Amino acid sequence: MAMRIVVLGGGTAGTTVANRLARALRPEIRRGAVEVTVVTDRDRHWYQPGYLFVVFNERPLEDFVRPERALLLPDVGMVVDAITRIDLERKQLISPHRHYPYDVLVIATGSYPDFQSVPGLAEVTYNFYTPEGAERLRDRLTTWTGGRIMIVQDVPHKCPAAPVEVTLMLDDYFRRRRLRDRVEIVYTYPIGRVHAAEPIADWAKQQFDARGIRYETFFNMEAVDPKRQVVLTMDGGEHPFDLLISIPAHKGAGVILNSGIGDESGFIPTDRHTLKMIGQDDVYVLGDATNLPISKAGSTAHYQAEVLVKNLVDRVRGLPETHLYNGKVACFLENSLGDASFITFDYDRPPKPAATSELLHWFKGMYNDLYWLTARGLM
Amino acid sequence: MAQATKTIDARGSFCPGPLMELIKATRAAEVGDVLEVLSNDAGSAKDIPEWAKKMGHTVLYVEEAEGYWKIAIKKER
Repeated sequence: MAMRIVVLGGGTAGTTVANRLARALRPEIRRGAVEVTVVTDRDRHWYQPGYLFVVFNERPLEDFVRPERALLLPDVGMVVDAITRIDLERKQLISPHRHYPYDVLVIATGSYPDFQSVPGLAEVTYNFYTPEGAERLRDRLTTWTGGRIMIVQDVPHKCPAAPVEVTLMLDDYFRRRRLRDRVEIVYTYPIGRVHAAEPIADWAKQQFDARGIRYETFFNMEAVDPKRQVVLTMDGGEHPFDLLISIPAHKGAGVILNSGIGDESGFIPTDRHTLKMIGQDDVYVLGDATNLPISKAGSTAHYQAEVLVKNLVDRVRGLPETHLYNGKVACFLENSLGDASFITFDYDRPPKPAATSELLHWFKGMYNDLYWLTARGLM
Repeated sequence: MAQATKTIDARGSFCPGPLMELIKATRAAEVGDVLEVLSNDAGSAKDIPEWAKKMGHTVLYVEEAEGYWKIAIKKER
């Protein structure tokens, strides 16, 4: 009987790992010794970093979505079903319709902004972390006539640099529209500087100071009063806004919370090097679904997939699993609508932003289309 | 030394960083819980006490171990 490798989740992590496995294990799959199946609750695949460009009306949302089946190699099976529980004991996924047994499970169920995490927030906030949120914010900005835009955030959230990027891009967007003098941009952050990673904070602060972007630190949201349009912070402060853009704390997927296999937020305890779920030899976790203290970002999933696939191939072929993930992450940092920086870091090396340039922005623009090759496991 | 209710191993975390891991854990903790963070980022020894004081939590210890720091706070509110 074939070894059943089931990948739960059809986002960046799940799709990349399934395609890379199918390429590496082609002989085994073709002779029926291995099956690779993606189980996902949606048939479309979104490139989430694209939302930032939707907000500023640089690209339409349709550029950043593909049918999941079209991205998966023909050797990868695909099932669209909403799994409600992972049964580690019986080694199966359970949906209201049927059970899916596995021999090896890869959990790639992602993370999701929880707009209910702060009272009053959902009623009034705009966001750029969902496809509909990006379009709604774009439409609001196109008719904006001036006032105070406030950016608020909580942890954990995916793409830790995106709030800085949206702030810098807002500044450039309104300058290009000759409206900047009518817009006050207020960036906020929970700790004593504008970003947790000091090199990124230093880089961003310099930009904020030079471009007249206000920032408030030690800003910890407690509630939002939608009627008065005020954010209430833990220190008793009240902060009025005309337009609120929030990046709330994220949660793991409902299936993780429902299965009781994650922490209180639904993130799964994972070995930082082998990417195995703690205490489980047949379950691997990658991408945003882990509880690892590193960036929840597509590049994290991509580098993890490279390591995981090597180990899974060795496992199938009866070899020891010797490849270890070193914590590598890489991110572009958009500085405006026309230039960008870039960082890369791992468990041992902190990030150091590259000098901003048009070239890096162009590369980011190209990657927005090259991404589909990453998902196909080609790059 | 106070017994930690929860230890957060944030070694190797540069972005978003150990303090952000602590903030996340503090939200989920009960008042009175002791949260210990392990960090290999030297900045944590300064950042975490600064944040804790500002938010009204008690800093219990900041210790240097072999190549990393152990910092504990007690959630007060």
